[in-house]
Amino acid sequence: MQLKVELAALKKTRWYEFALRFLFGGAVTAATGLIASHFGPVVGGLFLAVPAIFPASATLIEKHETEKKRRVGITDKRRGRKAVALDARGAAMGCIGLGAFGCVVWQLIPALNAWLVLALALGVWLSLSIVIWRLSKFFRKRGAP
Amino acid sequence: MELVFRFIVGGVVVSLFAVLGDVFKPKSFAGLFGAAPSVAIATLGLAVVAHGSAYASTESRSMVIGAVAFLIYALVCMWVMAKRPLPAALVCSAALVVWGAASFLGYFIVLR
Repeated sequence: MQLKVELAALKKTRWYEFALRFLFGGAVTAATGLIASHFGPVVGGLFLAVPAIFPASATLIEKHETEKKRRVGITDKRRGRKAVALDARGAAMGCIGLGAFGCVVWQLIPALNAWLVLALALGVWLSLSIVIWRLSKFFRKRGAP
Repeated sequence: MELVFRFIVGGVVVSLFAVLGDVFKPKSFAGLFGAAPSVAIATLGLAVVAHGSAYASTESRSMVIGAVAFLIYALVCMWVMAKRPLPAALVCSAALVVWGAASFLGYFIVLR
């Protein structure tokens, strides 16, 4: 499948689903700050890579896929579960980039401009994640009969 | 007041990455945004302003361990969702225990 941007997908998301993700994201970020101020930056830092909204997003993906299939008369929920499994596979690849993001900030932020380092680390996360995703597609194609 | 500011910044950044994940196809690519450094960007930006670069650097070192734990969490979610007829909400919420266990194991082995 080719990589594409589907803006129409946003219409499927209801206002309360956007609100839910905002609340989860805000709550996790606030909680991370509280944990860091109580237990210090070493423990607090662990929570910078917490799967903050993954359960909420996975639930929405399953719901949207199941609804899509129900509209064409398919009541089987397997498709929804498969979509979540694929999303989790993508997240696993993104985690390698997330680790690289952490390494870049850890090593460079004491010496360089903090905002520049954060922008650089974001670029490293995105490019590394895309490279890993492309490589996984390439090897899956080669492995296919 | 700082907590409210944190809440708003975190909510906005996390929502932006979630929207990006919604619009990209295929699903495996969109999934990359599930592991976006959204909480990290919001928190580290505020940490630099409030505590300085050394504090942010220490947090980032721990974040690498958290990312390894997230990788294990995502693989567990992927495997269970592909193999077992269980709802995503249950699987992905229960698997947070795996993230917690892996993170704190990493903390005791590497960081402490």
